[in-house]
Amino acid sequence: MMRILGRIWLWGVYAFLYIPILVVVVYSFNDARYSTSWKGFTLRWYELLANNRPLLDSVLNSLSVACLSATLATFLGVLAALCIRRYRFPGRKILHGTLYVLTVSPEIVMGISLLMFFIVCGLQLGILSLIIAHTTLSLPFAAVTVLARLAEFDESLMEAARDLGASEWQAFRMVMLPMISPAVAAGWLLSFTLSMDDVLISFFVTGPTFEVLPLRIYSMVRLGVKPDINALSAIMFGVTVLLVLAAWLLGTKVKRKN
Amino acid sequence: MTRADLTRRLSGKPGLFRLTSIAITALWLGLFALLPHLGLVVVTFLTRGTHDFVIPSLTLANYARLLDPSFSRILWDSVWLSFAGTVCCLLVGYPFAAMMARASARVKPWLLLLVIIPFWTNSLIRTYAIVILLKSGGIISMICQWLGFTDAPVSFLYGEFAVFVGITYTFLPFMVLPLYASLEKLDHRLLDAAKDLGAGSLRTFWHVTLPLVAPGIVAGSMLVFLPSLGAFYIPEILGGARTMFIGNFIKNQFLVARDWPLGASASIILTLLLGLLILAYTFTVRRADGHHKPETEGGAL
Repeated sequence: MMRILGRIWLWGVYAFLYIPILVVVVYSFNDARYSTSWKGFTLRWYELLANNRPLLDSVLNSLSVACLSATLATFLGVLAALCIRRYRFPGRKILHGTLYVLTVSPEIVMGISLLMFFIVCGLQLGILSLIIAHTTLSLPFAAVTVLARLAEFDESLMEAARDLGASEWQAFRMVMLPMISPAVAAGWLLSFTLSMDDVLISFFVTGPTFEVLPLRIYSMVRLGVKPDINALSAIMFGVTVLLVLAAWLLGTKVKRKN
Repeated sequence: MTRADLTRRLSGKPGLFRLTSIAITALWLGLFALLPHLGLVVVTFLTRGTHDFVIPSLTLANYARLLDPSFSRILWDSVWLSFAGTVCCLLVGYPFAAMMARASARVKPWLLLLVIIPFWTNSLIRTYAIVILLKSGGIISMICQWLGFTDAPVSFLYGEFAVFVGITYTFLPFMVLPLYASLEKLDHRLLDAAKDLGAGSLRTFWHVTLPLVAPGIVAGSMLVFLPSLGAFYIPEILGGARTMFIGNFIKNQFLVARDWPLGASASIILTLLLGLLILAYTFTVRRADGHHKPETEGGAL
């Protein structure tokens, strides 16, 4: 009895998670502007999107900011993880604490503090401020991902490399980096997704001339239900499913290799 | 001193790579994380300016202004609704995560994957999906008509109920993942031992299971409660003009009213709530560690 109830609960929650989004996907093919009833299959809402110049620009902007900030955040995240795990120096605890607090701190607080910081510094709000903000947002997540991998790393390998005359950099480059590369890749993907998804920080730190996809969606969604938003949502959902599946398959492959 | 330190001491070189790593990390975090947040704290004690955003005269007036009933109403509304959403996520998510953790090893990864997909789906789009669900003539409205509750289409949008549904829907995966992580690690021999010693299922749950999964519960609650207070787009899209969260208040201070000190003070309240929750988290982790072997935090992301 309990088992059956549990099953019902399990699939009920999955239905709750998926039905709303699947309904949006179905409506994106509906040939009706206002009606919620089915009026036949169409692809014209997707065509409408393909001709939406500002939207396409915002996609390109988002992709470039996400690529750049993810690369920077992963680079800094690896260094930060290395500092925390391998080195002892004054302020190490503060560094670790800062990273931990940043992962849980509300995004809106980071958004407004960076906004004020950029304005006080006189930095023009736009692509540069966005990259800095997104890097700072993703850095702790990248660092935590790498740290988790470093926890399994055998320190004696580094010592062996050092004993054999490698410098710290050479030992890192030739011994440690190849072994933690899956975590580095995972950290990059995580940072990329965080940047692509972020609404709250981008909202504050971008200028009027540089729009990113989540903010474009935000201004579209605020205006109410429209069929082209359905199509956009369907595409975004499809891309997410593909990316998660790819990351998941990659992950299981790496696990099997070890 | 670790062995790595010893090797370094013996080799006698300070290590350029080591120094640059520390310097770059410290510089970035210091400049773009610590400094802006410190600045935020400083701004809360400054006065709002007419030409510049702030003028450097120290005051506590900004916090006093937060005592105004209009702000305490917003604070109360948002804390209450976020709390209700968190509790709902917990009540829905706990049995769900328990069922996931109990599934066979073959289906488990797939069940997990099905939670990770909504976790990564853009939250604006998921909020929009709730609009489609709740709007007049939407799915819920159609079901109500079909069941004969109403004759005309009904709208469930624009109000506390819609915001509550939105928070639950958007943040449910954030609750489920840490819960699942701690339930998965639960040592079932301990539960069997409790049963053997004569404890009923309720007592076993209260005295054995709950203390062990408490870190997961607190972590999940943190991941639901805090972001939902700040996510201004959920009340804006689902609540209409009637519901306002701290997030909306802060946003308005910065973008509409141009009152930095007041907005910054409100965000300090948000940070204090965060501090309280972190304290609760460390406390429960320590207690759970006392019961069981130590474990590292997080990891569900």
